[in-house]
Amino acid sequence: MKNWGFKISRPRAIDFDTADLAEYSKLVEKVPSAKRCLMCGACTATCSAGNHTDFNFRHSHLMYRRGQFEGLAEELDKCMLCGKCKMVCPRGVNTRAIIYNMRIFLNDMNYKNIES
Amino acid sequence: MNYHPFIIPFSAGAIFLFAVVIYKFVKWFRNLDRKQMYFVNKNIFSFKTIEAIGETFREALIHRNIYKKNPLLGYMHMSLAFGWFLLIAVGKTESSFYAGTFFEEPWLAIFFKYFAKEQHSYFMAAEFSFIMDLLLLIVLSGVALALFKRVRSNFLGMKKATKHSKFDRIALASLWWIFPLRLLAESTTAAVAGNGNFLTGTVGNWLSGLPVEAIELPMWWAYSFSLCAFFVSLPFSRYMHIPTEVALIFLRKWGATAGEQYSGMTDLQLNSCSRCGICIDSCQLNFAADINHVQSVYFIRDTRYKKLTDEVANNCLMCGRCVEACPVGLELTVIRQQLRNKAEIPGKHYFEYNKAEESKNKTDVIYFAGCMTHLTPSIIISMKKIFNEAGERFWFMDEDKGLCCGRPMRQQGFVQQSKDLISKNMRLIASSGAKMMVTSCPICYKSFTEEYVLDIPVMHHTEYIKMLMDKKRINVKKSDLNMVYHDPCELGRGSGIFEQPRDVLRQTGNLRVSEFEKENALCCGGSLSNTVIELDTQIKIRNHALEVLTESKPDVLATACPLCKKSFVHGNKAKVMDIAEIVADCLNLQSEKNEKKSVNKKESIEFI
Amino acid sequence: MIIGGGPAGLEAAYNIAINGYKVTILEKDNEIGGNIKKWVKLFPDFGDAAEIRKAFADKVNKGNIEIQTGVEISELYSENEKWFAKNGNNVIYSADAALLATGFEAFDARRKEELGYGIYDNVITSVDFEEMYKTGKILTAQGTVPKRIAFLNCVGSRDEKVGNHYCSRVCCINAVKQATEFKELVPDAEAYCFYMDMRMAGQFYEELYRKSQEKYNVNYIRGRISEAAATFDKRIQIKSEDTLTGLPMKMTVDILVLMVGIESSASTTELSRQNGINGEYGFAKSLGLYISDNLTKKAGLFLAGSCKRPLTLPETVADSRAASVQILNYLKLN
Repeated sequence: MKNWGFKISRPRAIDFDTADLAEYSKLVEKVPSAKRCLMCGACTATCSAGNHTDFNFRHSHLMYRRGQFEGLAEELDKCMLCGKCKMVCPRGVNTRAIIYNMRIFLNDMNYKNIES
Repeated sequence: MNYHPFIIPFSAGAIFLFAVVIYKFVKWFRNLDRKQMYFVNKNIFSFKTIEAIGETFREALIHRNIYKKNPLLGYMHMSLAFGWFLLIAVGKTESSFYAGTFFEEPWLAIFFKYFAKEQHSYFMAAEFSFIMDLLLLIVLSGVALALFKRVRSNFLGMKKATKHSKFDRIALASLWWIFPLRLLAESTTAAVAGNGNFLTGTVGNWLSGLPVEAIELPMWWAYSFSLCAFFVSLPFSRYMHIPTEVALIFLRKWGATAGEQYSGMTDLQLNSCSRCGICIDSCQLNFAADINHVQSVYFIRDTRYKKLTDEVANNCLMCGRCVEACPVGLELTVIRQQLRNKAEIPGKHYFEYNKAEESKNKTDVIYFAGCMTHLTPSIIISMKKIFNEAGERFWFMDEDKGLCCGRPMRQQGFVQQSKDLISKNMRLIASSGAKMMVTSCPICYKSFTEEYVLDIPVMHHTEYIKMLMDKKRINVKKSDLNMVYHDPCELGRGSGIFEQPRDVLRQTGNLRVSEFEKENALCCGGSLSNTVIELDTQIKIRNHALEVLTESKPDVLATACPLCKKSFVHGNKAKVMDIAEIVADCLNLQSEKNEKKSVNKKESIEFI
Repeated sequence: MIIGGGPAGLEAAYNIAINGYKVTILEKDNEIGGNIKKWVKLFPDFGDAAEIRKAFADKVNKGNIEIQTGVEISELYSENEKWFAKNGNNVIYSADAALLATGFEAFDARRKEELGYGIYDNVITSVDFEEMYKTGKILTAQGTVPKRIAFLNCVGSRDEKVGNHYCSRVCCINAVKQATEFKELVPDAEAYCFYMDMRMAGQFYEELYRKSQEKYNVNYIRGRISEAAATFDKRIQIKSEDTLTGLPMKMTVDILVLMVGIESSASTTELSRQNGINGEYGFAKSLGLYISDNLTKKAGLFLAGSCKRPLTLPETVADSRAASVQILNYLKLN
């Protein structure tokens, strides 16, 4: 192939037609309160891990909801599961359970990818 | 020779049972971990073994623990276990006397009445006959109670009876049939021979209208088959607890406990559960939130049959109330913890630790507030006030929101990641050269005392305040507040700290007792360990606990955990205060007295 | 008989009395006016609260209206189609019909300990802000003029942790109003308003919001403040996420104002519980939302104003007039 001297980067838009949105419905089955999140960011503000890293729970959760899993497993590994976020959430979302389940689901996905 | 083909089902069943039990025991013993093996080797030839025999007698036969918790239920278990044991032991003695040798046919004792139909001239034949009838009656009364319990569990003080599996039902049904059939078989034989004691003789008389010669043998066959069915289903049913519990008692006496990882000791405990269901009644998820499929009895059953789901494993407050209640003394929370292990999820470590700073100055005491305590700033402010009043040189380790202690990670099974945090925190602690560590969070406290390797003592702030008061380093004046103390799970049942907080409260106000306290304390519902239940369920648990705790309408509901405090404050039913706040409010301030002398001191406080 | 001498109670008393009925107002405070007493100016047009209160007082200054202040009703019950109210000293008032106009109370911000109210002096509530505004000055606890102030919306409303799922409806616009007032007093200072959603659904609300941005340079940040802490110089450090940039943020302010939500008042909760008309969150429950919103399932017991749900002042007054009609009809037919 001809080398054009530049690469075409992937578009930055979220493509709802190809994004894997089914994963999120699996998550909300485990943690129904996830649906209630109104993205106020209190969780991110209070986050202990966010104090030491650039971890942003609200953002990670939203990316998962949108089916954007790239690099998410590494991102979630920053969380210490201390549970402060769950404590401050005004909507009573079980944030800690979301992270726990996201970790497990992402790990499963990883294996699926390796197999296929 | 005393032989009839009807002994074959019994004998085959018994041989099968022994083979399976021995196979399982060997497998579990080989799976003991290093530490457990060390204790076994160390203590097997010590006095502890004799103690274990005594305990086996008390617990496995007499069921003293169940008896203490519920006399009627205790009698039911005792009459079945101890009664049956005596039936075997006395029956064996009787048959030995009869045969004139100790080495008679092993089945003779079981079917004695059939083979010894005619002759009654051996030593103490009449007394034996009476005792055997009496024992049979005792066992039958236990069976009757058990049947009644199935129908109406309330009668025996049990709110919920355990739901059972297929093997359980087979074993249970055959167990129920064994003794009535034995009675019928012995009674028909008594009717045929025209003898029998007060029980078999009487029943025999009633039966004498029937063609007893014709039904005698079928009765003995049926008795033998019911024994066979029980023996064959036993190793796969809950009745496996009968042999396993004995082994567990010995291992426990020798000092073995369930460790961090699944081991032979775990298997032993899983199989020692008799599924009595006492844990269901003690569980708040049951009585406050109506969740009835996750309690320890079901968790253990599911684990044993390899059907454990994530949902059951994670739907637990880990409050430890069932551990207190369990008559077998199983380490239920430890086992649940083992089963939550998520070692298969690779522990990649992305924590950037450089922002957690080491101590710049050498200090005497480290104060670690804990993540949650940052959401209850009055605890932190009160602790600072107390430290200053005591003139303590302290370093507030997580002032700028430090690293988590690692326990929440571990509770969810991420052991490797938890160890990572622990090692980093241990480095930070070592950097300060402190001689003592104080924490405000019972979760952190439990972690520091159990999972960290530290060469300095760790205190929860209730212990620390008690120490300061004992040493007169702080002085408090007693207020006239009426208080009820709520034991946080990890501090009370988890770490055994019951008295220190109460001592402190007695010196700062009037402490009232509540129905649920100390070992029987309730969980506030705010437990981090449960990742399944949602806020609405937590609120149910909290409201129930709050209702109970505020029954005497105290001025203050005192607690010693930021999580409990937050849960109860949100319930908005009573004023909730941490012990540190109460003490800080009651301090006889030295600094106030000395204010005129040194104005500078006050300012220095504010900069800390 | 009207329980509560706030706007709802006073407006109803006037409307019923001019139709020739005798009215008794039972007010627990020593003065009538209810929650307006705490306010200086009202949104959205900065109407003078004192003037409005005076207008209400003038309306009820009529012959057949009896006003009893300092009377806190602890029991409300009916016997033989008459209504009885009893206060703490066992004095009993009776009437043919009773109107519950017991209103609301502001959320006690101490229940959100992480926000530091009652712990740090410079964390105040919107009610405290009004109190301070009455003096004509907004100052820190140390007496200095603040250079930066932050308002936090939804304290005690839309918060499932404290059990209040609902929106209090007035705090958003009140924050805009107070931020504007602050900027008028201290034009050089910065004002930040932290919100989850800005709900500007009333008439002129959006206009005021726009004006606060354009003319008064009030900054709006979408994010909830998770916790507040004091710095060594007694300023308040707040943590939030600036959700629109997706980054956590820290900010140090001189004063943090918590926009406390509307909660059912203790009297509302207790009296409606006694009569079996207790609805959600301790508010009183009307018979139906559309055509019987002032009726209860008890004949002769009526509801008006914010004892039913969070309402703005104009809504309360309108609701109270509706209740008056229902009561008059009831009295005429019985």
